[in-house]
Amino acid sequence: MATLLNTIEDRTARDICTQHSDAPAELLEILHEVQEVKGFLSDGALRTIADALNISRAEIHGVVTFYHDFKKKKGAKQTLKICRAEACQAVGANELIEKAESHFKTTLGGESITTALEATYCLGNCALGPAVMVNNELYGRVDLDRLVEISNAHKGDS
Amino acid sequence: MTVKVYVPCDAAALSMGADAVAKAIAVKGGDDVKVIRNGSRGMLWLEPMVEVETKRGRVAYGPVFVSDIDGLIDAGMLSGADHELGHGLTEDMPYLANQERLTFARVGIIDPLSLSDYEANGGLEGLKRSLKMTASEIVDEVFESGLRGRGGAGFPAGIKWRTALAQPEGQKYLCANADEGDSGTFADRMLMEGDPFCLIEGMIIGSLGIGADTGYIYIRSEYPHAIKTMRKAIEIWEGAGLSGHNEDGSPRFKLHVRIGAGAYICGEESSMLESLEGKRGEVKVKPPIPAISGLFGKPTIVNNVLTLGTVPIIMAKGPRAYADYGQGRSKGTQPYQLAGDIARGGLVEKAFGVTLGQLVNDFGGGTRSGRPIKAIQTGGPLGGYVTPDAFDVAMSYEGMAEAGSMIGHGGLVVYNDTTKMMDMARYAMEFCEIESCGKCTPCRIGAVRGKETLDKIAAGEEVEKNLEVLEDLCDLMESASLCAMGGLTPLPVKTAIQHFPEEFMGRKEAAE
Repeated sequence: MATLLNTIEDRTARDICTQHSDAPAELLEILHEVQEVKGFLSDGALRTIADALNISRAEIHGVVTFYHDFKKKKGAKQTLKICRAEACQAVGANELIEKAESHFKTTLGGESITTALEATYCLGNCALGPAVMVNNELYGRVDLDRLVEISNAHKGDS
Repeated sequence: MTVKVYVPCDAAALSMGADAVAKAIAVKGGDDVKVIRNGSRGMLWLEPMVEVETKRGRVAYGPVFVSDIDGLIDAGMLSGADHELGHGLTEDMPYLANQERLTFARVGIIDPLSLSDYEANGGLEGLKRSLKMTASEIVDEVFESGLRGRGGAGFPAGIKWRTALAQPEGQKYLCANADEGDSGTFADRMLMEGDPFCLIEGMIIGSLGIGADTGYIYIRSEYPHAIKTMRKAIEIWEGAGLSGHNEDGSPRFKLHVRIGAGAYICGEESSMLESLEGKRGEVKVKPPIPAISGLFGKPTIVNNVLTLGTVPIIMAKGPRAYADYGQGRSKGTQPYQLAGDIARGGLVEKAFGVTLGQLVNDFGGGTRSGRPIKAIQTGGPLGGYVTPDAFDVAMSYEGMAEAGSMIGHGGLVVYNDTTKMMDMARYAMEFCEIESCGKCTPCRIGAVRGKETLDKIAAGEEVEKNLEVLEDLCDLMESASLCAMGGLTPLPVKTAIQHFPEEFMGRKEAAE
């Protein structure tokens, strides 16, 4: 998609870069903050960041695609992060994932209109697995019933 | 009289509903109670674990859910009365009483963000003593204590510090590695959430030792609670002027929290330093080692949270007192984390030398499911599997290496007899495929090929030949990878095959 030069400026991204003194070393912080506000990293935002920090768009692309946290498109309304690391697997994470896939009608790594299921690798709740994180809230000993409850409880989150 | 009631704000406790419990106690107790949010005592199967302060000491109840509160308070919980959820005095509970808590001495006892609590419980003693010493005296004491890197590699902290101190004066950095990505580990998180000043004090002492004026704590994004607590703690600490002052009034040692972005490899120090510079977290070839040329090309020390968090007590009590714990070349204590299918999961800090069986059975109580234990993975995703045959092995860097695995960051993941080792071996390769930084070929390509080969073995395709291919591939990854990611991924694969060959060979007969 062609983008006109005068339309690429992303005000939010520019302001956040300014708050970080346009320091290239703070790129990760900047990306986190822009994504926090906007929900994802748009092409315009990335172009603006590249311009502000005086680094190439290729470098930014490299960074954004390296880290699992950064999203280049708007995601589902709700993301359920399910831990599938070893300690959670030892207490049935894979079974939970299968049930969640069928309940929320999507696959791990995919999304329905309302819900995305994301694999995560360790939430540091390894004695109380299976663990799940939604909007930075951590849950332990999660089975499907509890997962559905958690999902409903977070429906009102902005 | 107001009764003090402790409800942890540790993420594990929150994951079981501690916030709602704290609220319910405050509402029901009214003016009679003062709810204090402490860290977790580490008995995670009892979370949310509520403690009530009495004349006899703190009395524990757990796990306490909101629905239990009315009954508990009516039964006299606020005066420490007996109850089916009660466990008596916290200090007398065997799980805690049998530990040797040095690094975790204050965790769960104090309000993590109260400097007066911190000081009243032995905090700042190490710093006060260090301030009267020269840089090389500090470094020598850390060396004498025998403290080794608790992140997994076990490199002597004193030698690292000595190298950085020997570099010419000028810009130097000290970084805390809080990218605790290994499954089955949560000690860094618990320390940061339960006693954040301890990490800060350790870093300040480190900065005095090596001559650094700037520090970074690199925390993984999966730890939002730890991030929040650390940031707040730094604010309080610097506000109290405890970092020292430059002539212009700015803190002598400036501490920053930086957040990871979901890349496991950033726990590797060179990758972490790249990430701190705002770049892709690709591993760098050593030498030069970071202590000579690290962050922005300057001398940089990267230590694990537990390593730095242990420095204050070493400096407070003296290196000899610390080195009295442990055995052989594994000095001091190690916080172990019991995880997976385990009845009493949590944090156990013990001197090196405790046996695997004592940890898993005496502390852990065997499996939670009640099924027999099949295997234990020690040392995270890059650690090997051991079987109950290894229960007599004493936990030390050397002992675990002899048993074919490693201590790593102290995590123990217990698996029951329903675990399919073929699946676990495949997962090890898959995890490496997902998390490899891509810099070196053995890791980047090897992981994919390893997964494919295991799929063939699982399908019964030329099993013997493919097992040979797999072994060859594992050897190559071990000897030719740049860092531990590719170099140690073969360990869980090889040990799974070594201990359970029938699960891999068995597929051959099934296919025929």
